[in-house]
Order: sequence, then C-alpha cells, then structure tokens
Amino acid sequence: MANTYKLIASSTVGAGGVSSIDFSSIPNTYTDLVLFTSLRCTNTSSNGVYITFNGSGSSYSQIYFVGTGSVMASGSGSQIVHRMVDTNATASTFSNSFSYIPNYTSSNYKSVSTDTVNENNATSALMNINAELWSNTAAINQITIAPASGGDIAQYSSVYLYAIKNS
Amino acid sequence: MAAGATYEPIATTTLSSNQNDITFSSIPSTYTDLVIVFNGKSTNAGSSSNGMRCRVNSDTGSNYSQTNLNGNGSTTSSSRDTSITYFEFGEIAQTDNTAPSQNIMHIMNYANTTTFKTILCRADTATVVTKAIVSLYRSTNAITSVTLSRDFGTNQIKAGSTATLYGIAAA
Repeated sequence: MANTYKLIASSTVGAGGVSSIDFSSIPNTYTDLVLFTSLRCTNTSSNGVYITFNGSGSSYSQIYFVGTGSVMASGSGSQIVHRMVDTNATASTFSNSFSYIPNYTSSNYKSVSTDTVNENNATSALMNINAELWSNTAAINQITIAPASGGDIAQYSSVYLYAIKNS
Repeated sequence: MAAGATYEPIATTTLSSNQNDITFSSIPSTYTDLVIVFNGKSTNAGSSSNGMRCRVNSDTGSNYSQTNLNGNGSTTSSSRDTSITYFEFGEIAQTDNTAPSQNIMHIMNYANTTTFKTILCRADTATVVTKAIVSLYRSTNAITSVTLSRDFGTNQIKAGSTATLYGIAAA
C-alpha cells in the first residue's frame, strides 16, 4: 500500500483549554497536506482561528463565499481562517473545517482550499468555502492554530494533520 | 483504514513544458471513487484566471451538465449549463497571477456501468475566485480516462503545473 493519506500529527485539547495548537517539524517527504479541525472557544467573542505557517504572521490572503442559511456573501481577507464556535453556541457543538494544501514543499506561493462550517441547530449558522494563499516560497514545516479574537481553544477540540504522497 | 489500498496514487505529472492537456488514461476499475488534484497555471496572458475544462473517455458529445457557486471577493453568483461538450474543473490562473489555482475533483462510482456519473469539484484561485461545482456525465460507461485542459483550444497548461490522480477504495 502506498504511504499516503497518513496521519502525521494530531491534538485533542484537555481540561482548561489551550491558547494554541502547534504542529512543528512537518516532514518534507510528502506532496500535499490536509488539515482537519473541530473547534470550540472558551469565551463569547471568538468565532475563528487563524492558521499560520512557519511562525509567520504575514503574507496571507483570502477570498471567501459564505452562506448563513438566509443570505450569502463574498468578501476578502488577510488570513487563513477556520471557524470556531464560542460559548454562545449550542452546548457540545463544534465548528468543523478542512483545508487542502497542495505542493507544500514547493518554491511557489502556497494555495490553500478551505471548507469551514458552524452548525448548531440555532437561528444562525455559517458555511464557508475559501480560496486562500500564503505568498511565501518557503516549504511549510510548521502549522499553528490560534484563536483570532481572544479566548482559548476549548476542551474536546481536536485537530488532525494528514500527509498525502503522489507516488 | 480499510484493508485494501485507498487514496492510492494512480498517476501523477509535473509538466516540464507547456501542454495542451493532461490525460490520465487506462484508469483501472478496481477503486470506488477517483480524486484528481491540480495545482498550476495556464499560458493565458494576464493576472486573472479562466475556466479549466474536463472531458472523460475522450467523449466530445453534449453529454455533460453542471451547476456552480462562485464568490469573487465582492459578489456571489450561481449558474448552470446543460448539454455541453465538457464540464468545468474550476479555474486556472493566468500566467502572471501570483496565486496558482488548485482544483480538487471527486468522481463517485466511476467504474459502474449502470448509472450516470456525478462529479464534485472545489476550485480556488486566491486572487480571483472560490468555487464549488457539481457536474454530471450522462453515460453509463465506466470512466477509463480523464482529460484536463484549459479550453480544448489554443491555450495551454503552463509548465510546472502538477496533477495527480488518486483511487479511493471502499474496502
């Protein structure tokens, strides 16, 4: 069997939450990366996490398409974002997101495709598809997931990083 | 993981020169679904993007239809086409675009010979558009080849672009 779609890192948050999740020393022996997150925040103000590479906080861009269940819109941003429900959301619900990062070791800028959702059986829900870019030619060797606007990542949140090899 | 091979790379290419198309042929029927991942640009001049097209089994008939969702950073849109001679595999960045396009295609039950084939695509060019596309190939033939092209015309896929075909096994 080919050594592909292999789990290379994971984290499940324990009691008390964490301020961020960091996957470092990502090997350069694969072709693509796939990141899954299931997240909930510890406070009432956070609705997302930023995904950053190699400890860099700059050179990210994004076009998004969002549907709320009643309206849809498109806009742009300067981050790579996964949704994270806050404590106002229905108990025991978590946002779920998926990012595909092809050719993560190449010397080209890094494209990212993200699908991210909040669904909590309430009046408001959110579903995004995002086209994202890290305008940097370095190979990705580190991924950090941190709240965008305060709070911590809550207990039982989980993150999985898979690697895909094309040969 | 299932006992059989899954998410198995069947074929891959990194273009060493500009090419009219990328064709994956002689696709084995031993998987359940197919996934194709494309990352690259076209030879079209400019810094925007154009549609990227796909045919299966070299079928040039009007046997395809599609519906898409699009967001370009300011507006949303949806459109559809019926009885067309190809389906869209998302967008492909023009040659001076700083963001290479990435398109991911899922073809369900590609080897069955009793139903038409449904194809799901997610397509992103971070400086231009994000898309989701569902397409239908109205044929009961098993899919044995897939051809990716900028436009089945004069424009080409740029050197350095990559495409990989994976097989997904249910068991």
